Amino acid sequence: MSKWYFEKGDQGDIVMSTRIRLARNLNEFPFPAKLDTVGKNKVNSLVKSTLFENDCSGLSYIEMKDLSRIQAVSLAERHLISPEFAAKKDGSALILSEDEGVSIMLCEEDHIRLQVMKSGLALEEAYDIANKLDNVIDAKLDYAFDERIGYLTQCPTNLGTAMRASVMLHLPALTRCGQITRLSNTVSKLGLTIRGANGEGSQPRGDMYQISNQITLGITEETAIANLKSIVLQLVAQERAAAAEMIKNPAEEDKIFRALGVLKNARLLSTDEFMELISVVRLGAARGLVEVPVEKINELIVNMQPATVSAANADATNPTARDAVRAKAVREALA
Amino acid sequence: MLCQNCGKNEATTHIKQIINGDMAESHLCSDCAAHLGYSDMFSGFGLNLSGLFSGLLGDMMPSISAGKSPRCPKCGTSFDEIVRDGRVGCADCYRTFYDKLLPSIQRIHGKIKHSGKVTNAAPVEPREETTEEKIEKLKAAMNEAVAKQEFENAAKIRDEIKALEGGESK
Repeated sequence: MSKWYFEKGDQGDIVMSTRIRLARNLNEFPFPAKLDTVGKNKVNSLVKSTLFENDCSGLSYIEMKDLSRIQAVSLAERHLISPEFAAKKDGSALILSEDEGVSIMLCEEDHIRLQVMKSGLALEEAYDIANKLDNVIDAKLDYAFDERIGYLTQCPTNLGTAMRASVMLHLPALTRCGQITRLSNTVSKLGLTIRGANGEGSQPRGDMYQISNQITLGITEETAIANLKSIVLQLVAQERAAAAEMIKNPAEEDKIFRALGVLKNARLLSTDEFMELISVVRLGAARGLVEVPVEKINELIVNMQPATVSAANADATNPTARDAVRAKAVREALA
Repeated sequence: MLCQNCGKNEATTHIKQIINGDMAESHLCSDCAAHLGYSDMFSGFGLNLSGLFSGLLGDMMPSISAGKSPRCPKCGTSFDEIVRDGRVGCADCYRTFYDKLLPSIQRIHGKIKHSGKVTNAAPVEPREETTEEKIEKLKAAMNEAVAKQEFENAAKIRDEIKALEGGESK
């Protein structure tokens, strides 16, 4: 079954993916931090049976305690679960669709953290899927909800719609122009936040950023999504213009082809080097300078993360072996 | 635990990250967290911001002496604990401490009135109780009846329990 990231979505030259996340809790049970393992398992099986009896075919149910550390970290690298959740064991479970477009964390910070991921810019479509799944659960189970402050969540920062919409963007040209700090200040005034997609603070790997809505109380899902979408479209236009200008410079064009040369020939590729080079190549591919499909690059970015490489290859037992496996996979993909 | 960055203040913000294929956790004080760019309250589901939230609450609430703090009748969480952990215990905590939480909620979101999707307005069919749960409830009712010296009623409940237990063992 092909995964969600195999297709190139709308605005796919700049927008890598869209995610909608909903936080929900069951009224009957204390929030996960105040719930013992027996209670958590009860919550998990209630949600599981609700979704599975409703013919949500293609879903699988995974208990976190049954996963190895590498498998759990790999799920976090692919943004299917949070890093916090990767560390959880007893009482936490994951419902995952076959194409990995839907992932539902059970007993993370809230009882239910439902995520829908789509490639490209697809906020409305992703919300529609998330909303339908939410309705399926809502029809059977009693949600913690207060008409004054909306969906009740363990952390008050998520009250209200308890919805986080985010879009992952590849912004190499704006990064090179030093525009990210300015953008980050601007979007925060609009109730949005932008940060490095791989969560490494100031210097994100691969020039990938995630922009999301900040406020969840007092703003409808539709308005939050519309605001985010209009800002994303402006960022996309700015990145395109900056990139088009950038590749006119022969030194930049040279850099792109050199990066491609290294990726096509290297025998060892560390994650950092890979991310740096693939970002440069992706810029060239997005502007039609090199003939590599952008979706193939997206797929590589997902699959070449360290734990994901180790989880998929029994030989990748140490960092050097892993770098060799990565280099080989990249060579084959770009051949 | 002291902040890993400055080594001076108590660490209140705990951040799990995936770095190079493995999990890493940083423990920072709120100053360093803000300085390093983790001050964002909404950066998403992967960040434990409870420390920052409790900082917000703590600023506002003069510390209430332990023991006197009221507790949520459902989960037993006290308001002090919510302030300390930045986490609310259950849905009922919001109802119990609504007035006390509201100023902080307003500070976070700027608003205090939800607009958007509402949960299924139709009353949700209660989940069917298991026999065990039914018996447990009946036993509590029986004890209550005994305590009130309503023995006739208690005897009736006892028979119901017997019938249920009998049905189960068949």
